[in-house]
Amino acid sequence: MSTPAVQVTTLEKAFGPVQALRGISFDVEPGELFGFIGPDGAGKSTLFRILTTLLVPTAGEARVLGLDPVKELWKLRTRVGYMPGRFSLYPDLTVRENLTFFAQVFGTTIREQYELIRPIYSQIEPFAERRAGALSGGMKQKLALCCALVHRPDILFLDEPTTGVDAVSRREFWDLLGVLRQGGLTIVVSTPYMDEADRCDRVALIQTGRLLRVAAPAAVGAAYEGPLFRVRGADRFRLIQALRAYPNARFVFPFGDSLHYTDARTGADAAAIRADVGRYLSAEGFGEVAMEPIDAGIEDAFMALMGAPEAIATVEARR
Amino acid sequence: MSVFLAFLRKEFAHILRDRRTLLIVLALPLMQVLLFGYAIRNEVTDVRLVVVDSHPDAVTLDIRNRLGGTGLFHIVAVEPTEARLDRLFRTGKAQVAVIFQPGFGDLLSRGQVPQVQVITDAAEPNTGSRMQAYVTQVIQAWQMERQDAARAFRIHPAVQMRFNPTLKSVNLFVPGLIALVLTLISALMTAVSLTREKETGTMEILLVSPLRPWQIISGKVLPYLVLGWASAISTLVAARVVFRVPMRGSVPLFLAESLLYVLVSLGLGVLISSRTTSQRAATMGALVGLMMPTQLLSGFVFPLESMPAWLRPATNLVPARWFVVIARGIMLKGVGITYLWRETLVLALMAAVLLVLAIRTFRVRLE
Amino acid sequence: MMIEAKGLTRRFGDFAAVDGITFSVGEGEVFGFLGANGAGKTTAMRMLIGLLAPTSGEATVAGFDVYRQQDGIKRSIGYMSQRFSLYDDLTVRENIRLYGGIYGLTDAQIRDRTAALLARLELEHAAGERVQRLPLGWKQKLAFAVALLHEPAIVFLDEPTGGVDPVTRRQFWEMIYEAAHRGTTVLVTTHYMDEAEYCDRVSIMVAGRIAALGTPAELKARFHAASMDEVFVRLARPSDSADPDASADTSTDASGGTSTGASADASINTSADPSTDAPGSASTGTATASGDDDAGAGDGG
Repeated sequence: MSTPAVQVTTLEKAFGPVQALRGISFDVEPGELFGFIGPDGAGKSTLFRILTTLLVPTAGEARVLGLDPVKELWKLRTRVGYMPGRFSLYPDLTVRENLTFFAQVFGTTIREQYELIRPIYSQIEPFAERRAGALSGGMKQKLALCCALVHRPDILFLDEPTTGVDAVSRREFWDLLGVLRQGGLTIVVSTPYMDEADRCDRVALIQTGRLLRVAAPAAVGAAYEGPLFRVRGADRFRLIQALRAYPNARFVFPFGDSLHYTDARTGADAAAIRADVGRYLSAEGFGEVAMEPIDAGIEDAFMALMGAPEAIATVEARR
Repeated sequence: MSVFLAFLRKEFAHILRDRRTLLIVLALPLMQVLLFGYAIRNEVTDVRLVVVDSHPDAVTLDIRNRLGGTGLFHIVAVEPTEARLDRLFRTGKAQVAVIFQPGFGDLLSRGQVPQVQVITDAAEPNTGSRMQAYVTQVIQAWQMERQDAARAFRIHPAVQMRFNPTLKSVNLFVPGLIALVLTLISALMTAVSLTREKETGTMEILLVSPLRPWQIISGKVLPYLVLGWASAISTLVAARVVFRVPMRGSVPLFLAESLLYVLVSLGLGVLISSRTTSQRAATMGALVGLMMPTQLLSGFVFPLESMPAWLRPATNLVPARWFVVIARGIMLKGVGITYLWRETLVLALMAAVLLVLAIRTFRVRLE
Repeated sequence: MMIEAKGLTRRFGDFAAVDGITFSVGEGEVFGFLGANGAGKTTAMRMLIGLLAPTSGEATVAGFDVYRQQDGIKRSIGYMSQRFSLYDDLTVRENIRLYGGIYGLTDAQIRDRTAALLARLELEHAAGERVQRLPLGWKQKLAFAVALLHEPAIVFLDEPTGGVDPVTRRQFWEMIYEAAHRGTTVLVTTHYMDEAEYCDRVSIMVAGRIAALGTPAELKARFHAASMDEVFVRLARPSDSADPDASADTSTDASGGTSTGASADASINTSADPSTDAPGSASTGTATASGDDDAGAGDGG
C-alpha cells in the first residue's frame, strides 16, 4: 500500500469569525484524478491554498507527497503544480512568454518538457505570439494548465479550472486531464459543475466547509436513499407544485427536461409507488405523465446530503 | 426627482461606510492645513550669524550686541579674518556673515563712512533676501539711534548673495525636484507593481514557485532602479540646459548619491506594498505617506529653518530631506563628500535598514 | 412580441461580434440565450438592453426601438448579472429601496413590495444585514427579486446562477417560472446546459450568428442528441455531427481586433484531439437511464 499523495486529517481554517473549513479529512492516492465538487463558498479554494503552502491551517494536519506544507514549504513548492481560480497569468505577455517564464522560474525550458505538455500545448501553439489577455476563456485555461505543468510536478492542484468556460471547452479540458492522468500524474481538481464529477476516479462532495461524502462517483449515487424516479409531463411548473404537495414526496427537483422525484417511503416497491403517484396526478388533472425509476447521480446525492440550502443561519456564524 | 434622490442617498451611504476613504477625506485637509501652515513661514528665526571683526572696538561691539540681542540671530562665531568664512558657509554653519571694515570705530569718529559687508547664503533665495534685510534693518536702526546731528553718517551694507547670486528660484527647486521625481518613480511605482500582482492573482503563482522573497523583490525593484536613475539624469539635464541650473560639484558623486536615494525609496515602496493588497491602497499610501512629506518637510520648497521646533525632528525621518541637502551641496555649493558624509551616511543606513526590513516582512504566504 | 430582432449586427472595426441575428421572444416566454464565450451573446444582450447601439439591423424591446428609444427600454426592463447586481455595503432593505427609487416607485409601493419580497424569500430577519454578509445563493435570489421589483415587462438575466449550489439553483429557476407565469418575459444566458432545458425556447450563438433556434425538444430531435449539452457540442464541433442541417461555421479565429468594450474573442477551435463524446455525461446528472452502462454496486460510500 503506497503512501497517499495527499493526507488530510481534521483540517480547520478560520478567517476571523468565518469558518472556511470545519474539520475535513480525506486521502488522495497517487495517480488518482480526485475531484472536489461543491458550490462557491464551500471552502475549495481555501483547502487548495493550504495544500499548496499558501495558507496555514488553524487546526488539523495535512501532508502532500509526504511533506508538511507548513514546515517544508520550500521543498514542496518545487514539486507541486498549481492553477489558482480565475485566470491569473500575465495578460500583457504572450502565450510563449508566459510559459517561458514559468519554465525558467523552475529551472527548466519549454523544449525540455515539450513531450509532457504537448497534448495541451499543441492546441494553443498556433497562438504562441498572441497576448494572453486576448485569448478566449477556454484557451486561457489551457495555457494556465500548461504553465502549471511545465516544471513536471508530482502533483497538480487545479482550482475551478473550468468555471465560466463554455460546455465544449470544459469537455476538452477534462479530456486533457484524462490524458495526463494516464501518464501517472496525481491530479486534484475542484469544480462547481456536478456533471464533471463523473470524470474523476473519486470525488469529495464539499459544502460550507464540510465534506458530505468521499467516494467513487458511482458509489456516491449508489448510496442514495430512497426510490428515485424521473417524471416527465406537460406544464412542468404545475407538476412540480403538485408533486410537492403530495404527502409522500421527499424531494422534488427539476432536472433538465424532467423532474426527479424521491419518495419518502424508502424500501417500498417501485411499481407500487409509481401507481400511487400516477393516481394522484390524474386526480390533480394531469394527463400523460411518464415516470420511471432511475439510479441517482452525483447531483441527486449532493442535494440530498446538503440538507437545507445555506440558511441565513450562516449569516449569524459570520458575525 | 425621487429617482435622483434615491441615487444620491446611496452615494452618501457608500462614502460613510468606507472608513478608509472617509479618514483620508477628513483628515488629509486638516493635516495639509497644519503642515502648510507651519511649513510656510515667512519669518526667519535663529539665523546663524558670523561676525568678522579684525579690530573690535566699542562701536563694533555695540553693533554686535545689537545683532545678538534681537533674538533673530544667533552669533555662531567671531572671526578675526575672512579666512574661514568660506568653510563656514559651505558646511552650513553660517548663513549670514557681517564683516566690519578694520578700524571701524576710528573711521566713524573721524567722520568718514565705514563699510559693513553683509554676505548671505542665498542658496535659498527667499531666506537669503530676508536675512539680508534683517541685518540691514538692525544696523540702520542702530545708526538712527546713534545719530548725532553733527555727524550724520551712512553705513552701506554691501550685500552679496552667495551661491545663488541671481537668486534664481529654479536653483532652489531643482535639487528637491529630483528627489521628488525619484520618490515618485521608485517608491510609488514599485509599490503599485507589487500590489498589482496581488490584485490579479499572479502573486499566488509566484509564491508557489521556487522564487525566494529576495528574488521577487529584487526583480521588481531593479527595473525601477534603472528607470528612477534615468529620470533623475534627464531631469538634471533638462534643468541644466533649459534653466542653466549650475552643477558646481562632482557629477559622478551626484549620480552615486542619487542611486543611494533611489535605493531608499525602493525600500519604502516595497514596505508599502507589503501592507497593502490593492493598487489603489498602494498609491494612496505612497502619496500620503511619502510624496506629501517629501514635498513639505524635506526643505524642498519650504525652508527647514522656518519650521517650528517641534516639527524639525520629524523632518529628519524624511529621506528626501537629507538628499536635498546633498543635492544642493553638490549642485550649488560644489562641495564634496567630505562635507556631505553625514547626510550620505544617514541615507546609507536608511537604505540598509529599509531593504532588510522589506525582505524580512515580505509575506511568503498569502496571509 | 416583447423582443424582436432582425438582422441585428454589431461590428467593431472589421470584426462582427454579432453578425445579423434574427429572433423574437413572446410575452411570458422563458428564452435561453446560449453560446460559447466569445460567440457574441454579451454583445447582443447589451444591444437589447439599450447599452450599446447596433451597427445595422433592427430590434425592438417592449415595443421600444433600440436605436432611438433606449430610455424607454431601460425603464421597461429588469437586469441582473452574475458579476454585479447589489451593493455589498448596503443592507438588504437599502438595496431594495435604492432600486425602487431609481425606477420611480412611490414610497408606498416600495414599502409594500419590500414586505412582500422579504416574505417570499424568507429574508425578514436579514433585512438589516449588509448584502456582503449573505451567502452567495441568497444574494442571487435577492438580486433577481430586486430586478423584478418595478414589475418590468422583460427581465434579462446574465448567468445568474454561476457557482451557486444545486438546490439554490433550482429555487432560482422556480422563481423564474413564477415570474413567467405572471407574464414577465425572461431572457436568460447560462453555462449550465441542464438549465437550457428549463427554457421554453433556446437560441445558440456561434461566431456571432444564431446557429440553432427552437424548443429544447426540437433541437434535440434535429441534432439526434439526448441532451442540450450534446446539441451544444454538435454545434460547436460540426465535424462530429452527421446532421446536414447543422448550419454553424467552425468558429474561426478572429484576428483579435477588438476595441475597448467588446468582450468578444472568437473561441478558438483547433483541437487536435478528437473530442470524445463521453457517453452519458449529460449535465442533468443522471448517471443512467434505463439501458446505459450500469451504475453497479460500488464500494460503500
